[in-house]
Amino acid sequence: MLAMDYRGPKRVRATQKPMPEIKHPQDAIVRVTRSCICGSDLHLYNGNVPDTRVGTTFGHEFCGIVEEVGPEVTKIKVGDHVLVPFNVACGECHFCKQGMFGNCHESNTQASAVGGIFGYSHTAGGYNGGQAEYARVPYANVGPTVIPEGMDPDDAVLLTDVVPTGYQAAEMAGIQKGDTVVVFGAGPVGIMAARCSWLFGAGRVIIIDKEDYRLEFARNYANCEAYNFEKDMDDPVVFIKKQTDFMGADCVIDAVGAEAAGNAMQTITGRKLLLQAGSATAMHWAINSVKKGGVVSVVGVYGPTDNLIPMGNVLNKGLTIRGNQASVKRLLPRLIEHVQNGVINPKALITHRIPLEEVADGYRMFSAKLDNCIKPLLVFPSSNI
Amino acid sequence: MENTLRDPQKLPGWGIDANPENDPTYPMREPRMNVSQDLDSKHRPASLQPEDVELLKSIERPTVSAVFGESAPPVGLSGLIRRFAFKYSESHYGHWLPLLLADRVNVVEGIMEDLGQGKVPNIFAEKGYAAEWKHNRTAFVAKMATIAAVTVGSILILTRDNGKKHKYRY
Repeated sequence: MLAMDYRGPKRVRATQKPMPEIKHPQDAIVRVTRSCICGSDLHLYNGNVPDTRVGTTFGHEFCGIVEEVGPEVTKIKVGDHVLVPFNVACGECHFCKQGMFGNCHESNTQASAVGGIFGYSHTAGGYNGGQAEYARVPYANVGPTVIPEGMDPDDAVLLTDVVPTGYQAAEMAGIQKGDTVVVFGAGPVGIMAARCSWLFGAGRVIIIDKEDYRLEFARNYANCEAYNFEKDMDDPVVFIKKQTDFMGADCVIDAVGAEAAGNAMQTITGRKLLLQAGSATAMHWAINSVKKGGVVSVVGVYGPTDNLIPMGNVLNKGLTIRGNQASVKRLLPRLIEHVQNGVINPKALITHRIPLEEVADGYRMFSAKLDNCIKPLLVFPSSNI
Repeated sequence: MENTLRDPQKLPGWGIDANPENDPTYPMREPRMNVSQDLDSKHRPASLQPEDVELLKSIERPTVSAVFGESAPPVGLSGLIRRFAFKYSESHYGHWLPLLLADRVNVVEGIMEDLGQGKVPNIFAEKGYAAEWKHNRTAFVAKMATIAAVTVGSILILTRDNGKKHKYRY
């Protein structure tokens, strides 16, 4: 089968690999019909996540047709078109029982902090991902969800990560009616977080980035205020203070994570020298621009080591910091309802369709933000849908 | 670009998920449960994936998880380094720094593996330079020209030094 193949930092290719096999009675094999490149894939692509091994296939946003199921799979059957949440979750452990499907304790041997994630390094379980014609999907009774009749697969594939992560970012921010919400990062997740903030009753939503085309997209898609931190302000923290009558935002969402620009020291130590788990510029700004007693919600992905952030201000301002990998399974029923009712339009985020054979160009385009790329979708030779 | 906004209360879905009881002190809406409240907190899936490849296990876990990925078992020098790293916990630099080193060693191993199979990796294609050429040509050409100039300059300097040393022998 054709699959994306990681060869080293900023080097990937499409190559022929062996077909996946059933390894556990609750496994399924899925023929992938849609797969996206995620902003968090870029952390792997850039070599920032430890234990990213040459030869692995990335991809944690995918849907596909069930081709084969293990003997204990009862919830889906061969021929079903399913969307596959990015979390590998058993549904039975202490954490899954509490709806924390992003924190499953039975899906990752290599690390205890994070549950299993498809195609996201051995630090997240060592699974091959869905940027391939076929993928092995463990715990097929738990994660994979049949795509509802009439739902566009382009919408469905974004329900595997982007939509739930953006929604949970807004949820974790504890937004109350009338709150001012600031979102750092106008990538797909940040844009979705801005859009979902309104569902929780935000009174004002401001998104900050440095790419004008993304800000323009966010402005139209999420009906939010959008500002360029390189052009519209000298200091993002002071800017937000001025925008909020010098109080600070009620809630701030970090939808950037390890690849943040905007602070030379953070960039050099975090992204160039790898002395930190990525550049924590957005997190730094979030802590300093939220009001006293406010909430910082973190969905931007950082590496597993350390980051330089102003902890003293977390204490002195009495902040609550909430973060997690999205619990996709928990959120799906509500989000499917929102898509079906036209409240959220996920597929509008997709700007590029790239053949799997050209996956290297897709990564480069997304990483370098070429051709006004917001969200690239990989197209498969074996997909007829 | 002007920020001209519509009244948010007229947006589709405004406030429909508002929840005054969304307590931001715990990351999930479901009631928090401590281990003693969970009478079956050690519950594991009935079936376990057979361990048919080498698997490195975090020392912060008691067992191998019921399922696991087999995408790239540890091999070669990078595998040796990874095995060393897994002697340390996830809160230790002795774990993460060797893993980063192993990742870089693994890149060289990957190139050698390609060459061993008679395949010369197409670095230009693997780096996606076709996308740069198509969408960012001017900056891309400038970047490549700079790299080429630095490379040629370095070679010239090194060559010139060698020549001087050679002269002094006479």
